[in-house]
Amino acid sequence: MIRLEARPSPSRLAGILSPVIALVITVGVAAVLFLVLGKDPMRGLSVFLVTPWNGVRALTELGLKATPLILCSLGLALCFRSNVWNIGAEGQFLIGGIFGGGLALLVTVHPVALDRWGFFPLLVLAGALGGALWAAVVALLRDRFNANEILVSLMMVYVADLLLSWLVFGPWRDPKGFNFPQTMSFAAATGVPRLVPGMRLNLGFPLALLVAVATWLFLFRTYRGMQLQVGGPAPRAARYAGFSSRAALWISLLVSGGLAGIAGALEVAGPMGQLTPYVSNGYGFTAIIVAFVGRLHPLGCVLSSVLLAMFVIGGELAQSRIGLPAALTGVFQGVLLFSLLACDTFIQFRLRWRARA
Amino acid sequence: MNQVALLLAATLGAGTPLAIGSLGLLVNERSGVLNLGAEGVMLVSAVTGFAAAYHSGNEWIAFLAGAAAGAALAAVFGWLVIWLNTNQYATGLAVSLFGAGFSAFVGTGYVGRKLESGGEHSVPLLRDLPFVGTALFRQHPMVYLAMALAGAAAFFLYRTRAGLVLRSVGESPESAHALGYPVRRIRLAAVMVGGALCGLSGAYLSVVYAPLWVEGMVAGRGWIALALTVFATWRPARVLLGAYLFGGVTMLQLHLQAQGVQLPPQFMSMTPYVATIVVLVLISRNPLWIRVNMPASLGKPFFPGS
Amino acid sequence: MTTPRLQLAHVTKRFASLVANDDVALTVEPGEIHAVLGENGAGKSTLMKVIYGALRPDAGEVYWNGTRVEVRSPHEARTLGIAMVFQHFSLFETLTVAENVWLGLSRQVSLQTVREGIEAKARDYGLTLEPERPVHTLSVGERQRVEIVRALLTDPQLLILDEPTSVLTPQAVEKLFATLRQLAKTGCSILYISHKLDEILALCQRCTVLRAGKVVGTCHPKEETTASLSRLMIGAEPPRLQHRERRPGEQVLQVVDLSLPKIDRFGVALENVALEVHQGEIVGIAGVSGNGQQELLAALSGEDPRCREEAVLLFGRSVGRLDAARRRQLGLHFVPEERLGRGAVPGLSLAQNLLLTRTEALRALGWIDRSALRRQAEAIIGRFTVKATGAGAPAKSLSGGNLQKYIVGREIDAVPKVLILAQPTWGVDVGAAAQIRGELLALRDAGCAVLMVSEELDELFEVTDRLYVMAKGRLSPSVATAAASVELIGEWMSGLWPKSPEIPLLEKTGATP
Repeated sequence: MIRLEARPSPSRLAGILSPVIALVITVGVAAVLFLVLGKDPMRGLSVFLVTPWNGVRALTELGLKATPLILCSLGLALCFRSNVWNIGAEGQFLIGGIFGGGLALLVTVHPVALDRWGFFPLLVLAGALGGALWAAVVALLRDRFNANEILVSLMMVYVADLLLSWLVFGPWRDPKGFNFPQTMSFAAATGVPRLVPGMRLNLGFPLALLVAVATWLFLFRTYRGMQLQVGGPAPRAARYAGFSSRAALWISLLVSGGLAGIAGALEVAGPMGQLTPYVSNGYGFTAIIVAFVGRLHPLGCVLSSVLLAMFVIGGELAQSRIGLPAALTGVFQGVLLFSLLACDTFIQFRLRWRARA
Repeated sequence: MNQVALLLAATLGAGTPLAIGSLGLLVNERSGVLNLGAEGVMLVSAVTGFAAAYHSGNEWIAFLAGAAAGAALAAVFGWLVIWLNTNQYATGLAVSLFGAGFSAFVGTGYVGRKLESGGEHSVPLLRDLPFVGTALFRQHPMVYLAMALAGAAAFFLYRTRAGLVLRSVGESPESAHALGYPVRRIRLAAVMVGGALCGLSGAYLSVVYAPLWVEGMVAGRGWIALALTVFATWRPARVLLGAYLFGGVTMLQLHLQAQGVQLPPQFMSMTPYVATIVVLVLISRNPLWIRVNMPASLGKPFFPGS
Repeated sequence: MTTPRLQLAHVTKRFASLVANDDVALTVEPGEIHAVLGENGAGKSTLMKVIYGALRPDAGEVYWNGTRVEVRSPHEARTLGIAMVFQHFSLFETLTVAENVWLGLSRQVSLQTVREGIEAKARDYGLTLEPERPVHTLSVGERQRVEIVRALLTDPQLLILDEPTSVLTPQAVEKLFATLRQLAKTGCSILYISHKLDEILALCQRCTVLRAGKVVGTCHPKEETTASLSRLMIGAEPPRLQHRERRPGEQVLQVVDLSLPKIDRFGVALENVALEVHQGEIVGIAGVSGNGQQELLAALSGEDPRCREEAVLLFGRSVGRLDAARRRQLGLHFVPEERLGRGAVPGLSLAQNLLLTRTEALRALGWIDRSALRRQAEAIIGRFTVKATGAGAPAKSLSGGNLQKYIVGREIDAVPKVLILAQPTWGVDVGAAAQIRGELLALRDAGCAVLMVSEELDELFEVTDRLYVMAKGRLSPSVATAAASVELIGEWMSGLWPKSPEIPLLEKTGATP
């Protein structure tokens, strides 16, 4: 009989191997799926795993897709470590996009003497404000009324989505846009400054990396960061120590909302250049997976953002080159998370074989 | 008058998937396990049910298929959470995300397909009663099944020993284990029942309510069902009430749209979600109320032999 | 030569790195009251779980009435006729007494039969119990009665009781002993697990002594003394404590008319609690757990900031609404009852756990000086001889006793002006307990005001200068420890203290007991 037995102390080896094994399992499932769908598994795997890294343009696209994931997942890592389950990053992303897009629209209609570099901080501020405001609703309802933040933040995602839909179908629709649900294209001066000539990679990427460093410092080197992390696993210890759970709630929600909002604003003003109903690629939800795969650690979040950006790009390539449905990406991401959760068990437990007495 | 009767009838139909799903989650949560994957389970069983109905032409086979798919996905969740003791929140989210991707993937071939119509369902004789006939007796059998389920759940929980055992596991799995009850198997059974009922609800959505398949068609009903169990303080009768309330809100806004009320359609569509938030706020305001009614071990891991 | 009711031979049980039971032998005769004696951590609870089927042994045989058996589950144990009353009850608070008992019975009986059975057994043994009351309305002593009646209804041939008296007043202990003697006369054997020597002397006919997982001897308690039993249990004489004459200074902590409603329906309301603690004295609060001690401590430490500002006075300042961190800044430190999850975060290292209550290693903007923190932790580990792999060891890797030493050390090292402790030596072995008590006395001699809540009367009598008693949310007047007796405290634990003040406070003479 096989049993699980608690380890005397967590296994570091398992901690490092677990994401690797989870990835291997995911690749294995992917290969099987390709076979079942009648496609060459080697071709399919190479489109997902190799092609996204092939060449300078590919790498810049990887960085571009990873940027919103990094920003969102850092905020979520902060939240989850504090036991605040913010599932609504997608909604905060959208509202940040609305605020940023709104600002860009304003500047497009009423031109101001600003170039991209000057506009950038305003864009970031607008996005942060929008996302933080949307998250503040969740924080307020949990703080004052004890309403569960998982359900509230999720409902807010649907509301945000409908809000965006109303704006692009209604008041903000481009009058010269042939009745398509989209705003007019933003002026060139509102775009996010690009890093490499000819490529789409923009200032958002180094910003995201900076935020990662700041998050790391905050979580592991400051008193406030440590306080946030106690309230999650040990709420009574936090009360004993006098750490404010209210502070943890508000800080983590406002920061993660703000970061998701910045990601949304950057996406709207950067690669998209206008507002449409399809602003988000599900980034807010993918970021949840990123945060867990990255072990809720800032460095891990950056690495797993790149990994999952690879999956997203791979999915788009698979659709255009092999004729596979784009929804495949979602399946792989789900399998990755499942495998990771299962493999993580072996950090705290080990298998024991016991002969029947 | 006929308008009101029609509205009531529509409310029952709209509330039914919420009721069935939420009753399943109620049983699930009574054992102490929180399944945040309800949305994913409903999506997977919606596409499964649709496919089964499309290929077999029989909606009852579709319901069975949906329930089976739901139970299977819930079993995977249950194994991870109960035996491997993975974090219940994260694993539930994984199920939801996986379910969304998987259902979209599997369903690509079924978008735009039509099912053979099941015909009009009604109870003979009673359907012709004035007002009540229109309101109550021209419904799909599932609607009546939902009501029966609520009664069965209440009977099971409060009048049988098995129900007592389930409630005790939810309150203190450690004590139940010390008394020799197979806590993990009981929890798995509860999780699978929850999955099966969510699956039934998903299949109903795609085969009867809509009836069609489109990516993401569950539109948050899984999450609303979760909120409903809290709103109902884990009591079956209140689940039914809450489900019909939500169904009513959804139907009312459609009704108002049809009447030409001049509000942007998106704001009308927001009402179920905003209503959920309002309901959560109202029910959670008194922390004592929740703590007293909630299964005490909900969401916490259980380690036998510790 | 009668067949023994229960016989264990070469029973061994290992957990990860620890051998909880090592080649244990045990024999219990029919109708015998047999004690299993050992200090905390000796392996008594593990052995009982093996007998009861909750754990499978790694080696060894179990014989029941002469036949070899495998007890694979509590269900099988119950079928054999083994019943167990746990130290930590297996009760469901939201269910009634009858439902709880019903769940504990393997037989397929109806709820009505159970109700009648409860009333019958209660009558036979003189225990009062109402079948329809929800368990959360019962006191701790009443809950134990539910556990006992549940066990009795299985008509057991062997009844195991694990540390049953920690939740009882001395008078209730006498009642329990009467019940057990009556039961033994019917032929039922009793296994009585305890570390309380005087109880074993009073009640038991034979005694098996466990130390560090091994059996170190068996004896007949009637032929032993507490000293000889103690020597068997810990292998040496109990260490003696130095008492110096106390010279209490001014009043530093005062509670005035503190009343608090219950925080939830499972709690206890506090009514008009009043106490005071002076510099240079150790004041104890005795009482069976569940009488409001948790609530009082939370109000004092700042974890429950609901009370009136003036209800708690620290150096004359009203602090009733301040949180724990602010009270710590004023010099009030607290050692809570629960180690993991409250006094320390299990997943964090010992050094990081310092930051819960100590802020010396923090620099500007909340920056953590990690090397200073590590040095601080190592100093505490050294001074209090905490067995750990270093300041980086996670808190959950320490044994209960060592973690307690670290937490107590952390608070004592802060040089508090007022130190409050809850069950400071619970689950701690004798050596560590003596060290902790010695440090507390030193702290008191240095001028600190110490308030100690404990269920162990021996400990309170040994260490404190004055005593209060807590019963049903109310606090008694104080009495000098030297002037108090176990009987008096026992009566007060039932709430029977004189309602008018002016109990004479005698000075402790300072002689060692």
